[in-house]
Formats: sequence, C-alpha cells, structure tokens
Amino acid sequence: MIADFEYFAPKTVKEALSLLSQYKEAKIIAGGQSLLVVLKQRLFSPEYLIDIKGISALDYINYEEGKGLRIGALTPHRTIEKSPVIQKYFPVLSEMENNIATIQTRNWGTIGGNICHGDPAGDPAPVFIALKAKLKLASLGGERVIDMQEFSKDYLEVALDPGEMLSEIQIPKPAPHTGTAHDKLMVMKGDMGIIGAAVSIVLDSKGKCEDARIVLSNAASVPLRAGKAEKKLIGKVLNDALLAEAGELASAEADPPADVHGSAEYRREMVKVFVRRAAAKALERARAA
Amino acid sequence: MKGELKELSLTINGKPYELKVKAMTLLVELLRNELKLTGTKVGCLDSACGACTVNIDGKAVRSCSVLALQANGRKVTTIEGVSDSDKLHPIQQAMIDHGAIECGFCTPGMVMSAKALLAENPNPTRDEIREAIQGNLCADEGYVKYIEAIEIAAKEMRGGK
Repeated sequence: MIADFEYFAPKTVKEALSLLSQYKEAKIIAGGQSLLVVLKQRLFSPEYLIDIKGISALDYINYEEGKGLRIGALTPHRTIEKSPVIQKYFPVLSEMENNIATIQTRNWGTIGGNICHGDPAGDPAPVFIALKAKLKLASLGGERVIDMQEFSKDYLEVALDPGEMLSEIQIPKPAPHTGTAHDKLMVMKGDMGIIGAAVSIVLDSKGKCEDARIVLSNAASVPLRAGKAEKKLIGKVLNDALLAEAGELASAEADPPADVHGSAEYRREMVKVFVRRAAAKALERARAA
Repeated sequence: MKGELKELSLTINGKPYELKVKAMTLLVELLRNELKLTGTKVGCLDSACGACTVNIDGKAVRSCSVLALQANGRKVTTIEGVSDSDKLHPIQQAMIDHGAIECGFCTPGMVMSAKALLAENPNPTRDEIREAIQGNLCADEGYVKYIEAIEIAAKEMRGGK
C-alpha cells in the first residue's frame, strides 16, 4: 500500500538532528495522521523516514506567569485539549483541539506534526498566529525562533531548512483584557473547516480596541491574516456593525480555493459570517478578562 | 536499507511479540495479515471510518493510521484481547443484550473506543459517550443503541452504581 522506505526511530532530539543532517531528503514523521494519508495515496514517497514520535522529551506543556506557554512539538492534540493549564489560560486552544478530527486522531497526532504539514485548512496555525505564537526550530547548528506567521510558505510548504525540525511552540502571556476565539464551518464535527476564523482582540483600559488579529484558514494557500479587517477595528469602541464590517473586509482579502465542499464565492460569504462570530466571542471574552 | 525487515517488539493483548516487519507495514496490516487477528476491521483504510480502532497504551487509535513500527515498545489491545477468556467484557455483553449490534462490522471499533473511554472516565455523560464514538461510523445508523449500551456497561462496571 505504501511504498517502502528506510526507517529510523531516534530516541533523542540530537539523534534525530544527526539523522536529518546525514539524510538531507529524509522526511520526518511524528504521529503521521496527515502524512500517512499522503503516503497511502502515493502523492509522495520518501526514501528515508525519520520517526520522531518516540522522542518523549518533546511531549510537554509548561506555563509560567512571566514566560507564557511552552508546548513541546510532540505533544498529542488530546493532551492539549485536556490540559487544565490550557483550559484555564488559553481556553481557545482547548476548544480548537476539540474540533480537530476525532479522539482517535487526537490521541496519536501531534501539534508539531500538524503545523509542519503546512495545510492551510488546518486549525492550529491560525489560532497560534492570533495568539502571537513563536516557533523554536532546532538543527545541529543550534536553535532559532521565528514567528508562527512566517512559518507557512505555501500549500504544504513551511519554512524549515534542510536539517531543521520544530521543537517547541511558544505563546506569550496575553496582554490584560485580551479575548481570543476560533470558529469554523463544518458539515460534521471534526471536519477540516470549509472556512475557519481565529480572532484575538485586546482592549485598553477605556474599552477601546487596542490590537486585533484576524486569521483565516482555508482562505488562501497559507493561514491568512486579514490586515485591513484588523485595522478597521483598532482604535475604536467595538460594536456589532464594526465586526460585520471587519467580516466584509476579510472576505475581500480572502482568496479561497473552490472544491467539492464549497465554491470560492460561497467561502467568501462564509468568511463574513465566521469572522463576525469569532470576533463577537473574542470581544465578549476581552470584556470579561 | 530499504526493503530490509526491521525488528519490532511489542505487547499485543498481554502477550509479548518479537517480530520482523517491513517499514511501510501499517499496524492494521500487521494485525490482520501477519498475525491473523482479523477481529479488527478495515473499512476505509483512510482514517475516516474508525472500524480499525485499537487501543495503544490504553488510548483509542486508528490502526490504519499508525505504522506497525511506531507501536514498538507499546501495549496494543485489539478486540480479541477484550474479553476475559470465555466471559465477554461488560461492554460487549451490553451491546449484545441491548441490540446495539446490527451487521456488526463497526462493532470491534465501537468496543475499543468505548473501552478507552471507560478506562479514563468510568462515569461518562451521554455527550462524552457520543464524543468517544464520534470517530466510529456505523453504516446501519445504530448510534443510539450503542450509546445506551455503553451507558449500561459503564454502570455495570461501576458495580451497578
């Protein structure tokens, strides 16, 4: 069914990085919940597969008041969904996870694998961008940290250099009065979003919108920040009409695909709806924070 | 080397195995084709139907979406390992008694999802049961009886409380 490959199962990050530098064209598999689908369809047949699922040192969730949240790249989706720390400080992450695929997939699939797959229809990347996440990338030469927003390059393409792997997701502690929400259009719970929106809103002490991030999934070849829609909100006291206007602007910025799940035109209409909904929820949370 | 057999050591249904497999072997292919544990079903082979659900280290996972080698060092439980020799597991018994099994093709996967749920959460709400079998498709649309059977089994496993 799958074309054969040479297989390695390193137990440490260092071992994995040595293998990556030795086999330049190797592909990494973590939980494989996205990759195995691609391999079964033979859209891609790697010569070498480096299986990092067993590197337990990258399975962790840490929260510190000053530093914020740190999630190891090999943390399963289900662990994030159920984490009391995440449910307390970043409920949007737990909600987003609960809508990813099914329990079976979330039990085995990892957060890092999802992000490195680079599917613009994925949910974690837009939510992480809304939360101003950074990614720690490791190679034999050392580590570098980049904005999640810079990571997605194109459809299934991410900014990993040869020999590099994702090791950690870093989310700063949100400013006071920040609210973040995510919503997506699904036919059935757990579906890839036909369209998805992650919105983060920061209010100042007078209740005016100080900062906003609006990030769409499945609306372009990468997770798409709707900059014009964000600008519309910043500096204003928000109301339903402004949120609807932001939805209109985001819709105009979107360049969604057309497929069996919806035409581009339909998706643009749904961007309006889902930006408005996610923004309303984010605003409600920002006011309550 | 590509094509060479790789060593795999794991526990399946409580029994240790030392095996040699090709790297591209899926866990479900190992279970069904090599070990003849055919209770685990293949519906879609595409991570959509949940018929191939097994438990790995106590958690529900789709065996069509895991390489056999990824189960190295882990404990796998399949439907064959659920009953206590001749005595059916309370989940199996409740599904039979409650008429949850229609054609039966999705049943092994349903049992494995329910088993993982009840191990983690002995007293689940109806919504939690629904969520646990959300990834198990039943072509007969017999979901309600499955949900009720899992509720009955959970109660039985809690000693009737």
